[in-house]
Amino acid sequence: METLITILAGVLVTVATYLILSRNLIRVILGTAILSHASHLLIMTMGGLKTGSVPLLGEDSETFVDAVPQALILTSIVISFAVTALFLVLAYRTYQETGADKLHELRGFKDE
Amino acid sequence: MNNLLVLLMALPVLVGIVLIFLRRYVRLQRWISFSVMIINFIISIILLNQIQEQGPLRLDFGGWEPPFGIMFVADSFSVILVLTTSIVTVVCLLYAFSSIGKSYENMFFYSFVNFLVAGVNGSFLTGDLFNLYVCFEVMLLASYVLITLGGKKVQLRESIKYVAINVVSSWIFLVSIAYLYGAMGTLNFAHLSERIAESGQTPLLTVISVIFLTVFSLKAGLFLYYWLPGSYSAPPTAVAALFGALLTKVGIYAMFRVFTLLFYHEPAITHTIIGFLAGVTLVGGSIGAIAYKDIRQIVSYNVVIAVGFILVGLAVMTPEAIEGSIYYLMHDMIVKALLFLLAGTMISLTGYVRIDHMSGLIKNYPLLGWMFFIVMLSLAGVPPLSGFIGKLLIGQGAVEVESYLLLTLVFISSIFVLYSLLRVFLTSFWGETLISEDDEEPMKKGWLIPCVLLTVVTIGLGLGAETVAVYVADAANTLLNPDIYIDAVFND
Repeated sequence: METLITILAGVLVTVATYLILSRNLIRVILGTAILSHASHLLIMTMGGLKTGSVPLLGEDSETFVDAVPQALILTSIVISFAVTALFLVLAYRTYQETGADKLHELRGFKDE
Repeated sequence: MNNLLVLLMALPVLVGIVLIFLRRYVRLQRWISFSVMIINFIISIILLNQIQEQGPLRLDFGGWEPPFGIMFVADSFSVILVLTTSIVTVVCLLYAFSSIGKSYENMFFYSFVNFLVAGVNGSFLTGDLFNLYVCFEVMLLASYVLITLGGKKVQLRESIKYVAINVVSSWIFLVSIAYLYGAMGTLNFAHLSERIAESGQTPLLTVISVIFLTVFSLKAGLFLYYWLPGSYSAPPTAVAALFGALLTKVGIYAMFRVFTLLFYHEPAITHTIIGFLAGVTLVGGSIGAIAYKDIRQIVSYNVVIAVGFILVGLAVMTPEAIEGSIYYLMHDMIVKALLFLLAGTMISLTGYVRIDHMSGLIKNYPLLGWMFFIVMLSLAGVPPLSGFIGKLLIGQGAVEVESYLLLTLVFISSIFVLYSLLRVFLTSFWGETLISEDDEEPMKKGWLIPCVLLTVVTIGLGLGAETVAVYVADAANTLLNPDIYIDAVFND
């Protein structure tokens, strides 16, 4: 199970890298969103997966899953939602203001 | 247990939220956020003195015992930085009162400054790695908003790059946290330090430490600083000064924390890399600082040089060098804020950003000119001012471990700092004045007073080195002996 999820995380990183390297701003943003999902999967895998268990079953239970990664992922999902939302709005505003939706149009720093 | 600790972060957060509801009462917003920073200043002085007596303080949230709960730990190093943060923020707020404009103030400017400070203070105080990430994000989200507030073309264009780079670096941060958790099974700094010391720093851990190095280099602008000059030049002066003074310093703090408390067993690998990166940063920053004629770029590249400079101290890792780095960190936060404020004032007085379009400013604004002169000397490290002691100690440390290459780079880069600023001073303050008496833009008191305050602080920090030395020595001692930190966390 761990191997499978690790491979999945790897595939997500590949997809995200491809998207981030493209010129289109929206693709870059989608890429960063997928990147954060890959890292969430990684955190979960690193905490150890046990099929069919839940984090807390009381002191006597035999199988349980580490609860810390789940707490970490929860926090980090919230943060990545916020950042992605802000990033999308920012891209829209930039498009409105500069008419650019390709990254290479935003290159350089000119005196204004 | 010390409940004062939480106020440093909780107060700005709560006040930031309250200010959202006070949107229309600009004057009230101003003074509330101003007094919050003053209160933070007082609290951190109290804490600093308590730490002197009792050693590092801690606060377990919800009463959960250390390795299990989340907590704040305050040692001298973090509280010194919190203290400096509040000084810088007070002054930047004071400058913002008369320069930022109604449109900003109505769009929650003060709320976001408060959130930014909350994130910065949280990063300095937190006792575990994941909350460091969370506080980083709080700070970054506030900075994303501050950099785009106003929505000018240049701001939007620069902020896209800034946000993209920071999102990717946050992702690397998460990945490295995941790996470290997988390897060690804990995220508490003290607990991690103990476990790494027990198991020895295996090659796996060294690789993880290098991933951390990558993240913090991106945040601090060590070597990977390409995003920095553009994004620090875009926002209005008061915001740029806050950024220049605070944001990179959090990355530097994180690097100090991680590489003195956790991964200090393999200095031959990690600290050599840091030394190499610091050297390259010094060279790159120096080239940038003299390459441009846009004053905002010159000032931003000076931030880069300082980052390289402070991290030479970490690479060298002798007691003197660490002390020097801490001293220089304080000095740099104050002086960089002052430098950004002065540069911004020059731009708003003349309406130009290129130094060859300004001339003879000292005839019209003598005080501004002399303050720029003092900043220049302070950054170059001329004795009575605050930069000197840091440079001296870092240099001394570099001599001790015989890394003469770093030593040379450190002092040559100081000359480049001096040269880049002297060029600004000569072309824009000296010479024929271009402004006739009729067109002279009156200097606002609100612009001058904050700069004067910071100038006084930088002179005071140089002359009053004896008073600060006690705290700095304690901070360096805690950094070099992780046992003190671990003891403070696990034993009451």
